[in-house]
Parts: sequence; structure tokens; C-alpha cells
Amino acid sequence: MAVTGAILFLFVVGHLLGNLQIFDGASRLNAYGRLLHNLGELLWIVRAVLVVCVLLHIATAAQLAVRNWQARSVGYRRKRSINSTYAARTMYWSGPIVMAFVIFHLLEFTAGYIHPGSRFTEGDVYHNVVAGFRVWWVSAWYIVSITLLGFHLRHGIWSAFQSLGINHPRHTPVLKLGALWIAGLIVVGYISIPISVLLGWVR
Amino acid sequence: MKLTLTIWRQRDRAAKGRFVSYRLDDVNPEMSMLECLDVLNENLSERGEEPVAFEHDCREGICGSCGFMISGIAHGPLPATTVCQLTMRHFKDGDELVLEPWRSKSFPLVKDLIVDRRSLDRIVQAGGYVSVSTGNTPDGNALPIGKDIADRAMDAAACIGCGACVAACPNGSAALFTGAKIAHLGLLPQGQPERDERAVRMVAQMNAEGFGGCTNIGECVAVCPKQISPEVLARMNLDYLVGSWKHRHGTVTAISPIIGWGPDET
Amino acid sequence: MRLDAKIPAGPIDQAWDTARFEMKLVNPANKRRHTLIVVGSGLAGASAAATLGELGYNVFCFCFQDSPRRAHSIAAQGGINAAKNYQNDGDSIYRLFYDTVKGGDFRSREANVYRLAQNSVRIIDQCVAQGVPFAREYGGSLENRSFGGAQVSRTFYARGQTGQQLLLGAYQALERQVDAGQVKMFPRTEMLDLIVIDGRARGIVARNLVTGRLTIHIADAVILASGGYGNVYYLSTNAKGSNATAIWRAHKRGALFANPCFTQIHPTCIPVSGDYQSKLTLMSESLRNDGRIWVPKRKGDGRSPDQIPEEERDYYLERRYPSFGNLVPRDVASRNAKAVCDEGRGVGTTGLGVYLDLAEAITRLGVGTIRERYGNLLDMYQRITDEDPYKVPMRIYPAIHYTMGGLWVDYHLQSTIPGLFVLGEANFSDHGANRLGASALMQGLSDGYFIIPYTVGNYLTTEKPMKLDESHPEAQAALKGAGQRLKRLLEIKGKRTVDSFHRELGKIMWNDCGMSRNATGLNNAIGQICALREEFWQNVTIPGSGDDLNQSLERAGRVADFLELGELICIDALERNESCGGHFREEYQTTDGEAQRNDENYSYVAAWSYTGADSRPELNREPLAFAYAHPSQRSYK
Repeated sequence: MAVTGAILFLFVVGHLLGNLQIFDGASRLNAYGRLLHNLGELLWIVRAVLVVCVLLHIATAAQLAVRNWQARSVGYRRKRSINSTYAARTMYWSGPIVMAFVIFHLLEFTAGYIHPGSRFTEGDVYHNVVAGFRVWWVSAWYIVSITLLGFHLRHGIWSAFQSLGINHPRHTPVLKLGALWIAGLIVVGYISIPISVLLGWVR
Repeated sequence: MKLTLTIWRQRDRAAKGRFVSYRLDDVNPEMSMLECLDVLNENLSERGEEPVAFEHDCREGICGSCGFMISGIAHGPLPATTVCQLTMRHFKDGDELVLEPWRSKSFPLVKDLIVDRRSLDRIVQAGGYVSVSTGNTPDGNALPIGKDIADRAMDAAACIGCGACVAACPNGSAALFTGAKIAHLGLLPQGQPERDERAVRMVAQMNAEGFGGCTNIGECVAVCPKQISPEVLARMNLDYLVGSWKHRHGTVTAISPIIGWGPDET
Repeated sequence: MRLDAKIPAGPIDQAWDTARFEMKLVNPANKRRHTLIVVGSGLAGASAAATLGELGYNVFCFCFQDSPRRAHSIAAQGGINAAKNYQNDGDSIYRLFYDTVKGGDFRSREANVYRLAQNSVRIIDQCVAQGVPFAREYGGSLENRSFGGAQVSRTFYARGQTGQQLLLGAYQALERQVDAGQVKMFPRTEMLDLIVIDGRARGIVARNLVTGRLTIHIADAVILASGGYGNVYYLSTNAKGSNATAIWRAHKRGALFANPCFTQIHPTCIPVSGDYQSKLTLMSESLRNDGRIWVPKRKGDGRSPDQIPEEERDYYLERRYPSFGNLVPRDVASRNAKAVCDEGRGVGTTGLGVYLDLAEAITRLGVGTIRERYGNLLDMYQRITDEDPYKVPMRIYPAIHYTMGGLWVDYHLQSTIPGLFVLGEANFSDHGANRLGASALMQGLSDGYFIIPYTVGNYLTTEKPMKLDESHPEAQAALKGAGQRLKRLLEIKGKRTVDSFHRELGKIMWNDCGMSRNATGLNNAIGQICALREEFWQNVTIPGSGDDLNQSLERAGRVADFLELGELICIDALERNESCGGHFREEYQTTDGEAQRNDENYSYVAAWSYTGADSRPELNREPLAFAYAHPSQRSYK
């Protein structure tokens, strides 16, 4: 889970860097889109790796969830959390919601099956993005999901190190703080796009 | 002070359990939580009712016998304290306390607040030791161990095996318990020869017992009466990964969990 | 009865070698044909069960707790002595031997103590190899401290949790044998009777505490390591579950009980705060290194300690014992605390407490140093009492801590019933009338790791126990007897709870057979105990049934035994007309109030045999000879 999570995290970072080119104008973003498409087989390899990672990540999570659920067949009448982050306790919620979002997101911006607000134009990434985000509920759904992704990463980033056996009384607190910052930056980076579109900064 | 204790009562594993509330009008703030239950039990016995069964022994926080949830927190609100050392002055007059047993599939209920923790013993059976027979030992000072390492091993070895970590974990994982033993022995030079095998076997046993998996949530550490560090979780993961990689046989056999109390089962 | 201690002839330093050479060995292939029962899983029991399993015997190990790791050895704080002389400060096996005999006020058996000192060295090696995280120097070698007033640093420790770490070492060794199939563990199972067939111990009757089922377990020898009987006093530093049932039932089956009145009182415990109190918590006596003990000079002085000026305080230990001051031995410190409280100068709400004041040490050394030395202890004190020991003097009072007496055993740790061996605190063997600090752990492990594996083998080869099974009439009779006793207890259906009887017994014992004893009080106590026992069997109430987990029933069985044992303790104390170690008879003291031993008439082990419910126990004497450590009067002035 830590390994697949790390690969997916790299994708999240790369995807963000690509997307931020929207602020550089339509030609830059569309050129980036074409570049990716021209990668040919390589693109499909990357996509395949990502799909495998997603499937493995889900499979292990599901396996773990079933095990954990079975481990406490009778629940508590009252249970209080005293030392854990909201993010850590809600990995099983943030994960599937982010997954649902990713499917919607692919249908909307990659395949174009669902594209409320305007007509999906193959190749005109800039248009598709801007037009898509002008629909308020698309943006809202995007912002909520990205925030949940942030929560997921805030726990997942440092937890992956822990799962791989890396913990140090001096360095782990730094790592946890780093995870919070990275997750925060990623959320800010992603949601800057729909917000800019809604506010009319990007049109 | 006055308190209401709402306690889980269940005659045995097969019976149906329920919460029963008891009012105590004369609780001395100096009493420990267990002495408070003693007083309740004296009252119940005098009335001919069955007292509340709860596990306890040393009553000085070291044997690991006692423990239950107090209003949703394992061992109650005071950090680094078992219920036997938790005095009633930490509660307010008029409070209602909900006392529940540890809830875990791997800790089958025995009676009222008592659960069966033999699963933890079996995790130790699966390699939680150094295989050295009596007599076969060099001089104690033959193997120097740096103070830092000895201290860290001691930190991990302080575990009292009470099971609060399992009870508090939203996943019902026993990783802190298992990790503490793996870390204690894995840190010391005496533990090196069996380090890989120990981690692989103990983790396999933990899984076979039906404990949940660790997702690094951190509730275990907060309720641990001995404040075992989450570092032991990482050490367990590392030793397990390395051990599994090096493992030369395909399968690891676990001891079959026993939950009955019959003559052939204990 | 003539008691033969079976001490090998010849020089004491070769006695154990001689004995081991003379012992017959069990053929390795035959070991698996022998079944041994170990009752108790503390330091002595777990180490014995593990070691016997390693040797190839089939071992059944029983404990009443839910796991063998809970045994009360786990609560020992201070450390374990060993004559390693790592500190090069003049220690030796002989010195440890001598200190232990002298500390025991010359009422222990020299040869046993010498062997204990010899084994101490190997215990440390064994525990280190098991991974016990003893305290270390920066350079990596083992660290030692001086403990309990010893003049050499020979105490090995693991923070304030030495007992826990040693027990976990033994427990892990035990679990290894469980995994190997050599040891079968019976947790939550309590021994209720000893099965004696043809004069030999051949098994036990045990009750599964969850199902209530009684079962017979047959073996070739039975090893009791069930701990001490301090809980006869109700309030003690023992665990709530610690009990004398195993040794008491064995006593009633013919094993002699030696020196029952030798009980140890620890001077530094947190005082009782109310009637609900269920146990007493020990504060390590190392606090006396830096704490000054005092009470107000005036009787009934109700002022808070900071309101009492220096000249109105009585630092009674410093006043009476100028050379040792606050560091006098445990028995002396305890008796003096009782004396000042009896005068009405005790402190705290109950008047049963004295101050242990760290103020002077804090001024001299600074808060930091004190916190470093005693931080954990002081935190625990604060947690329990809600008082800040850095600002307010701590209140302490003595409490029952350890029992030196126990079943009589010979040099082979065999009781007067052949095939019944007794280890650790359950036997009487090594501490005489007073145990030195950090010696209990040493004895438990010496007995379990290094003595019983040899001596039990010798018994099996020389006695060759016959094959038999549970259907034997004696076994069936014992089973039936145990069942009837439980039934009788449940059928009383009286008015008083088990705990109320136990508490009353404790009060009688503490008042008349506690820190100081006299003939009138002891006679009085014997009468009261008999009356209380009578009432118990008519008026105790035990809710619930016998066929599931019933903690009241468990306690009732144990208290019934304490009600018999308590009487024997008083009888023994009455019979021993001298003061020695933990046994202080007010009639026998020096002019300045110190214990006065009577070597001429009482240099013996008093071993009592059971003669029936209504008849007085019979005294057997094992004379003690001191060829090496010559008896001298202790003086701490």
C-alpha cells in the first residue's frame, strides 16, 4: 500500500505541475496535452502502471478494511479518539470518495463522455477545463474531492514511511509536518484552477 | 462524591450482554477506579447479587491484568495510567462513567469486563524470545551493549501486555504489542540471530489471531500505560519486510488460535 | 519427626558440586516419559517449567492469572543481587553469602545460602543472554548499584522494573517451550489440592476458573512455586490474587510449614487512606538515601508540615541511631515508625504515617538531581496521593511485603512429602528471619533455573514413581473432597461478604502479629481468629454459582485457608520466645529497645506439622549450625 501510494503520489504531483500551465495560457496547456498524446505507447505504459497501482491500492485497502472490520465484531457504545488526526481515521472514507471523483474526472476531461456546460472538444484542453469549471457544481465537487485527497495525503505521505519501517524520534515529526505542508500545497495548487475559472481570472 | 457507573454485564460468552447502571453515593476521591468497583461489589454481594467481574491483580500498574474502557477511553482519561492507579478525583461529582470491556474478536469475552487475552501469549510463543537454554550462556559482560541501545530496548520491553492498544485501535490491531517485543529483542545483539524469523512468525501469528492491520492512526500510543513509542511499529514493519524477503520457505505456519476452555483446549 | 536437610558433608564451597555429582541422572530418552507439574508461573515457577521443558520433560504449568506473565514477581522494583564483583569493590561469593546469613539474623541454613550466592553469578549471565535489558554503563558494560544498605554495589537492575524484566525473560523462555510442545500451560486454573499416593506427591486437583470444572492432573513429581502468604494480613504489597492455597493444602497433606511467623515489613509504603483500601503501594526504599524521616514532637499536632518549625520536629531515626540514621534496616525503621504512631504522633488523617522529607536534599542537591534519581517514584506518589512530594513531605508507613517462612524443604528443595518440591517465596529456605533487598529475585531464579532441574531428576531416578492414572482412589477422593468444599462454601448463604472477613482477619494479624508481638496479644489473636473462622463457615455469603467464573468463590477458598494459616503464624510467633529479624517480641528486647536474639534456645527452624482441624499443630525442630558465619548481635547505633 505504501509503495502503490507513493507511485500515485508522484502522479498527483506531476499532474498538478502539468495542470498549472493553464495560468500560462491556452497554447501552453494545449501543447502540453499534445505532448502527452504524442508519447504514444509510453503514455499507455504510464497509464497501465497507474491503473495497476490504483487497483492494487484499492485491493489492499479493501482487504485491510475487511480484516479491520472483522477484528471488532461488537462495537463500543462509546469510543473517544484522543491522539489521532481526522485524516488518519478517515482514510477509508477519503479513499473511495477520491476514487469516485477520479472516475468522474476521467469521464469529464479525458474521455469527455460527461461534459456539462459545453461541448467537449478533443485536443482543446484549455477550453474543456475552463468550460467545465464554469459549471459551479463541477467546481464544488472538484474542490471537495481535492480537499479529501489532501487529507488522504496528509496521513498517507508520512504513514507510508512508517509502513516501510522508517521512524525516528527526531526526523518523523519533521516528516509529519512536511506531509501536512505538501498536502496543503497540493490542495491549494489544484483548487486554484476552478477558483480562478469561477472568479473569471482564467477564461 | 456521587457517580453513576454504567457497566457491561454479560454472564459468559454465549449469553447476551447489556448495560446496567449503578449509582454510588459515597465515592471517596482518593479511591482507585478498582476500589470503587470493590465498593460496588461489596454492596451487590450484600444484596445477594452477583458482583461485577473485572480482572485485576497487582494494583500497582505493572502486571497488566486490569483494564477496561471508561467512557470511551482505554484505561480512562489519565495518560500513562492503568485503571488500578486511576484515582476517582479525576472525575467530577455527578459524572456518569460507561465501563466496557476491551472489544476485539481476538479477545473473546469471558465475563462482564473480563476478556481472554491468550492471543497475546500465542504471539509471544511464535518467536517472542531468544532461543537460549538454561546454562548455555557466556559471561554477562562478554557482550557490551551501548547505553543508548539498552535504554531503547528497555523502553520497548516495558510493555505490560494489557491489551489497551488493541482496544483503542479503530482497526483492532495488536501491532503496538507485537512491535514492542520485536523491537525489544531486535535492538539487542542477543536478538540478532533470530531477528528475521521472529518478525515473520510473530506477524503471521498476529494475523492468524484475527487482529486488524495497523494503519498508523496512533490511538494505541495515546492509551498505552507504558507510553510505548510508535517507533516500534516501524521497526516491526521493517523487520517483517526484510524477514519476508529473506525467508527461504514458502509458508509460515501459525499456532492455531484456541478460544475454548475445555480440558483439551487450554 | 527427624528433619534431614540432606546437606552434603565437606566444605561449604564444594557442597553443591558434591551434591550434583552424587545425584543420579535421568537418561535423555527417558525424560520425555516423565510428567512434572509446576504450580505458579512467577520467577521460580516459570524458570523451572522452562528449564525442565528444555531438558525434555513433559511439563504442566498452572497459574490462576489469565497469563503466566502476570505473576507478582513482576512487581519487584529494586533489583537482583549477584556476586559478580564487576565493580571491583571487594564483593565475592563468600561476602554475599555472609551478608545474607547475617541479614537473615542467623536463622537460615548456611549451605543453602552459600549455594544461592554461587548461583547468583550465573543468573545474571542467563538473563543477559535472554535479552533482559539491564541498565548499562556508557561503555556497554553492566551497571550496578548499592541497595538496601549493602556496602558493595552488587545489585543489577532494569530501571525500577527489574522484576518485570526478569519475569518476562523467564516467561519468554516458558512460551518457547510451550511452542516446542514441552510445556502445556494452564492459565486461569487454580490448584485446590495435592494428590498424595503411597506417601508421594503424584498430582493435583485443579479448578478451571472460567468453567468451574475440577480436574485431576497426575504427574511423577509436583513442584510448587506459588509465592508467599503476605495477604493473610489483607493489606500488603502483594498482588490481590497472591494466596497460600497451594502450600496450605500441601501442608494439610503432610508437608511441614517452617517459620511461618517470619514475615517482612517494608518501611516505605504509601499509608492507608480509608476503609476501602485494597492494597498498599511500595515506594522504593532508596528514597531513604535522601529523605529525612520525622514526626511532630507534640502528640496530636494537627498542623500542616510546613507550619511545624524545625525545633518542634522529631527526626527520630537520626536521634536514636546516630551512625545509621535514616538508613537503618527495614525491620528497625518499621518498628520505630509504629512506635511513634502508637505514641499518638503519627501524621495524616489516620494518624498512621510519618513524614519522609526531601526538602533538605532538594536544597542541597537541587530539584533536578532529585527528579533524576526518583522522578518515576515521585510521579507515582503524586498520582496516588495528589500531593507534590517536591513541595510537601511524603507520608509513608510500613506494610507487609514478603514472607520468609514457607514450606520446609531440604537441600534438594524437597518438602517432607517425597516428590513435592517447593521453590521461591513458597519455601522457607534462604532468608532466615529477614530478607535483604534484591535477594528475592535471586532466590526465585536460582531455585528454578539452577537447582530444581538437578534435584528433580535425582528424585525420579532414585524413587522411580510407578505408572498410575486419574482413576486411582486417592486421586478420586481428593477430587471429591475439593468439590465438596466448594459446595459447602456456596451453601452457607450467610450475610457477610468474603472481603469483610478477610479485612477483619488482616486487622487482627496486623495489630497482634505485625511489627511487634507479645504473648498476650498473640493469645488474644488466636482466640479471635478461631472465632472468626467459625463465623466464616456459618455466615459468609458467596453470590453466583460454582460452574462459571466466580471471583467471590475464588476468594472465599483462599480466605478460608488464610483463616487457618493466620492461626499457625500466631502459634509460631508465640512459641518463638526471642526477637529476631522481622519477628519482634516485645518481651525480648535489649534495654534500649532493640531486638534480642536467643541463640542458645532458638537457633532452629520451627517446622510445624498439621495434626487435624481441631488439634494443635506439632512442632519439629531442625537445629541450625553456623560453621562459617558466626552469629553476632546486629547494632546500628
